[in-house]
Amino acid sequence: MSKKLKKTPGVDPINFLQKSPTGIAGLDEITNGGLPLGRPTLICGSAGCGKTLMSVEYVVRGALQFNEPGVFMAFEEKAEELALNVASLGFDLDRLIADKMLKVDHVHIERSEIEETGEYDLDGLFIRLGYAIDSIGAKRVVLDTIENLFSGLTNENILRAELRRLFQWLKEKGVTAIITGERGESSLTRQGLEEYVSDCVILLDHRINDQISTRLLRIVKYRGSMHGTNEYPFLIDEEGISVLPVTSLQLDSEVSSETISSGIAGLDRMLSSRGFFKGSSILVSGTAGTGKTSIAASFADATCASQKKCIYFAFEESPKQILRNMQSIGLDLSTHVERGLLEFHASRPTLHGLEMHLVAIHKKIKKFSPDVVILDPITNLITVGSVSEVKAMLIRLIDFLQNENITVMFTALTLNKSTNEQTDEGISSLVDAWLLIRDIENNGERNRGLYVMKSRGMDHSNQVREFIITAGGLELVDVYLGPEGVLTGSAREAHILREETGIALQGHAISRKDREILRKRKVLEAKIASLQSEFESVEEELNKVYLEEELKKSIIEKTRLEMLNKRRGVDTQATTKAGRKKK
Amino acid sequence: MEAAKEYLLKLFVTGASPHSVRAINNIKDICEKYLKDNYTLEVIDVYQLPEVAQQEQIIALPTLIKKSPAPERRLVGDMSDTAKVLRGLGIAITV
Repeated sequence: MSKKLKKTPGVDPINFLQKSPTGIAGLDEITNGGLPLGRPTLICGSAGCGKTLMSVEYVVRGALQFNEPGVFMAFEEKAEELALNVASLGFDLDRLIADKMLKVDHVHIERSEIEETGEYDLDGLFIRLGYAIDSIGAKRVVLDTIENLFSGLTNENILRAELRRLFQWLKEKGVTAIITGERGESSLTRQGLEEYVSDCVILLDHRINDQISTRLLRIVKYRGSMHGTNEYPFLIDEEGISVLPVTSLQLDSEVSSETISSGIAGLDRMLSSRGFFKGSSILVSGTAGTGKTSIAASFADATCASQKKCIYFAFEESPKQILRNMQSIGLDLSTHVERGLLEFHASRPTLHGLEMHLVAIHKKIKKFSPDVVILDPITNLITVGSVSEVKAMLIRLIDFLQNENITVMFTALTLNKSTNEQTDEGISSLVDAWLLIRDIENNGERNRGLYVMKSRGMDHSNQVREFIITAGGLELVDVYLGPEGVLTGSAREAHILREETGIALQGHAISRKDREILRKRKVLEAKIASLQSEFESVEEELNKVYLEEELKKSIIEKTRLEMLNKRRGVDTQATTKAGRKKK
Repeated sequence: MEAAKEYLLKLFVTGASPHSVRAINNIKDICEKYLKDNYTLEVIDVYQLPEVAQQEQIIALPTLIKKSPAPERRLVGDMSDTAKVLRGLGIAITV
């Protein structure tokens, strides 16, 4: 028990089951390292689901990537046919055979040629296999499809006993084997091979829903190892199989507090003046023609302008169409494409199933390793899957992108229904930031209003901004909040004009009053001046009288003194005369 | 004597396993009884010559391949079912 608890990845693997990596993209993640080393694995599925291809890829990748020679024992196809069939995937079997990294042995069984005359065993097969393994030192063995033995030989009891012995023998040989089996009606394989191969069973499926096919892989069992239990979609393309380990079970991805500009200055201001968090997911939703693609293109433009890489998945328009249309708002995306910073991938949603889209997106992202991913629009994916399927797909995509610390922007079309706050895909709860663009219809015109519905971990504006698409790009304008409510568009303009007129009139009135005051002051000042001069003249008059009095008084005094002297007279006169005489 | 042999038979066995020993004995009896002096029987131990197993498309052992006369036929098993062996060899049973 305690041993089990200690089972954490990264611990010394000596106690764990050893794995043989398949090299198949994604499969090693699901199986936590690969197939069980030195044990047989059963791959089963219906016809045409990719069993042979997966097993061929296992030996080829083993030879090319891990330097492990392999033996491919074909019960169905001849060696030449097999080589031809997988050549389209870029596997050169003949070369590997010449390099002694691969041995293909075609087992031919023709019932009409065989007469069973008593007891026998399958030693011939053992010897052939043993010889093939030993001659190149093979580590990997594929038996495709061993059930064909049952069509050539009739004694089932012998066959079953021999198969049991074969798998045991393979284990003793220490080779990692893949046995393929056709899917039976009630069991995993027609002959119940799963009874014998009990270490690891992988089931492949090819399902068609609404004319759209999806390949799926499921690990039915894997003894002694953790493994993903879901059905995983896989893709067969020119590079072989890629499986998508789509659901990360934990929510433990790294987060970044770094931000990335939205490309619209006004929008950045609404988001704490910074923009979106790096590695976050952003949903832009709105009704038709509200400029969702323009926002997405601005974001792409800003990303590429800062020397970061962006990948743009278009589900509605062709890349050329987007390039042309964005020219009209002053975004020149073609230079970014030329510089290799921007990549467009356009496909119709109906091209393949949802899971395939996911795998394809996954693969392209892995290859291009962008900083920003744009999906425009996700709404159309609804045509190839149900709402819950689309949601599940997007959850997985977001999970994956968050793990890779890639910022993703989705655009989604909302329909004008009663629940138009909700996006159709119902992913608004998953995303980190949600921008909603809404048509505001008023006074016979439509204007766009942009809301930041949410932006996790960030102080964001709760205001509605008017969203204007101009030839120079996108702009956000504060809407007019007045007594009449929120005004946008020409109503806002008109109101602003009206306000300006009011201000002008008011200014005029004020200046008239000022002049009036000035004039009044002038009049008063004039009056004051005249009063002043009046006062001065009065004062002068008064002063004049006073001086005269004063003068009169002194003259009188003088006269009186003279009179007095004259009365006393002589002396005075004598003295004066004497004085005069003396002089 | 050598040139006139009509039947060319190759019996593939695995060493001295019980099946092999039985098969060798049975086929020798049948040949002696029905094809006296008209056959060549080659017994090959696949353990000694493993590459032959691939060349001759051998899976089950023991296997008897009737190389001639045409058509080529394969008989697997320990040759204990004489009627089937004879049918495989294309010999009409004369009681």
